[in-house]
Amino acid sequence: MSAVSKTAVAPAVPELELVGVEKTFETKRATTHALTAIDLTIEREEFIAIIGQSGCGKTTLLRILAGLVKPSEGAVRAEGRSLWDGAILDSETVNKLGIVFQDPNLFPWYSVEDNIALPLKLRGIDRKTRRARAHELCELVGLTGFERAYPRELSGGMRQRTAIARALSYRPAVLLMDEPFGALDAMTRERMNLELQSIAAATRATVVLVTHAINEAVFLADRIVLLSPRPGRIRSITRVPFPRPRELDLETAPEFQDIARELRHQLDEDA
Amino acid sequence: MERERFMKLLPWVSTPILLALIIAIWKFGTSTFSVSPFVLPPPEDVGRNLLELMQRPEEWLVHAQITLVETVVGFGFALVTGVVVGAVLGRIFWLELAVRPLVVALQVIPKVALIPLFVIWFGFGLTSKVIIAAILAFFPIMLNVLLGVRSVEPGHREVMRSLNANRWQTFSSLDFHSTLPYVFAGMEVGIVLALIGAIVGEYLGGNEGLGYMVVVSLNALDAPRLFAVIILLAVLGWLLFFAVNGIKRLMIPWHESVIESGIS
Repeated sequence: MSAVSKTAVAPAVPELELVGVEKTFETKRATTHALTAIDLTIEREEFIAIIGQSGCGKTTLLRILAGLVKPSEGAVRAEGRSLWDGAILDSETVNKLGIVFQDPNLFPWYSVEDNIALPLKLRGIDRKTRRARAHELCELVGLTGFERAYPRELSGGMRQRTAIARALSYRPAVLLMDEPFGALDAMTRERMNLELQSIAAATRATVVLVTHAINEAVFLADRIVLLSPRPGRIRSITRVPFPRPRELDLETAPEFQDIARELRHQLDEDA
Repeated sequence: MERERFMKLLPWVSTPILLALIIAIWKFGTSTFSVSPFVLPPPEDVGRNLLELMQRPEEWLVHAQITLVETVVGFGFALVTGVVVGAVLGRIFWLELAVRPLVVALQVIPKVALIPLFVIWFGFGLTSKVIIAAILAFFPIMLNVLLGVRSVEPGHREVMRSLNANRWQTFSSLDFHSTLPYVFAGMEVGIVLALIGAIVGEYLGGNEGLGYMVVVSLNALDAPRLFAVIILLAVLGWLLFFAVNGIKRLMIPWHESVIESGIS
């Protein structure tokens, strides 16, 4: 019976849900109201971009989704299950989330394949399976031939690909990314955007991408959440109508530029 | 590519040339300025004495072994206690704060000044020298480990946290590897200090070890022998340092301090 109800109910349950989320940071000197009244529902396989000025709380919002920060008030749910039970993090739910930080944060003492397979090692998966999966992911993110290299031997773009592969290693349902391409040059960044699009399609993961680049957001996302600062709140949610996969040429289309202009306008008003 | 090969070979070519140059200046100095052979014996006298010593290992091998044992055992104690104390103080902040003034005070004591005390307390035998070697090597190891334990990158910690790693997993995949370069940095300083401790200990008491041979040669005013024993001590120091350095290269091949020049 439970099996029946699961299949019947599952499509209706959103992948991620934020309900009335508030976050205040208390320091000795001051209380900072970082986020207020955040209500957001993210559907399965959706690609969401979060944009806003620096200091608007977008990183905090992502960290709340990742379970790295506990909201002061409100609920975070993944597939209908609450992320927090009091002060305790529901580890089973967290295991379904993959996180890519702004800095790749690779371990310099591990080779590329060992870095990618680290989450699998922590889950007690045997070495042979780990290696096979790492090779598979190297192919997916375009690192074939670099399996045995140390992170220091890689370029910035390759390091971030390794970090993405690491986050994908345990097939998370949701991929949370905090300005993953912020440190890359413009050309590498464009290529990484294309690759991220095909990775998202191949893995059918739900993606939440924090970025400060408007074009990146419009190019990749199904919906764009724009945050206003002090305290961070959702100012607008823009639906991007273009079907995926998208070509880089799209960025010159008038409809694309209309959306980008409108977002830019809203951001400027906050400044 | 050409340049890289050249850079790799350079030290192997430059070192013999520099050594030859030093010996030439030495020889020139002793022959031209008629320095008393008691002050600075000509290099060929020292070389002859060293060769004689080599041919009669019964005269020095036991002494070298004793110095080696004192140094290595003292260093071993320092390594174990240094890692444990450093890790504990690095992790327990209030404890480190409580003992910091005392640690600094102990650290700035010129510890060789305490050697006569140790000779009184622990006798003229091996024990006092082992303890001196251990105390000298302890501080650099402990302080490096303390620093290392605290230098784990917050971003790396966050990765482990986001992956739901437990304490043991975080230690074995992160803290251990991250601290190891600091342990080796402490060990490379510590092994040299342990040898210094053992030798100075031998100067002041007892009748064995290479340090004792130095004192005997000095009392006999046998300058070539004195220089020969000093060269033996230098070789012992190199061997010990390169042993530690070799273990480091094996254990942390990924670390910056191990990477050869030319790799970018």
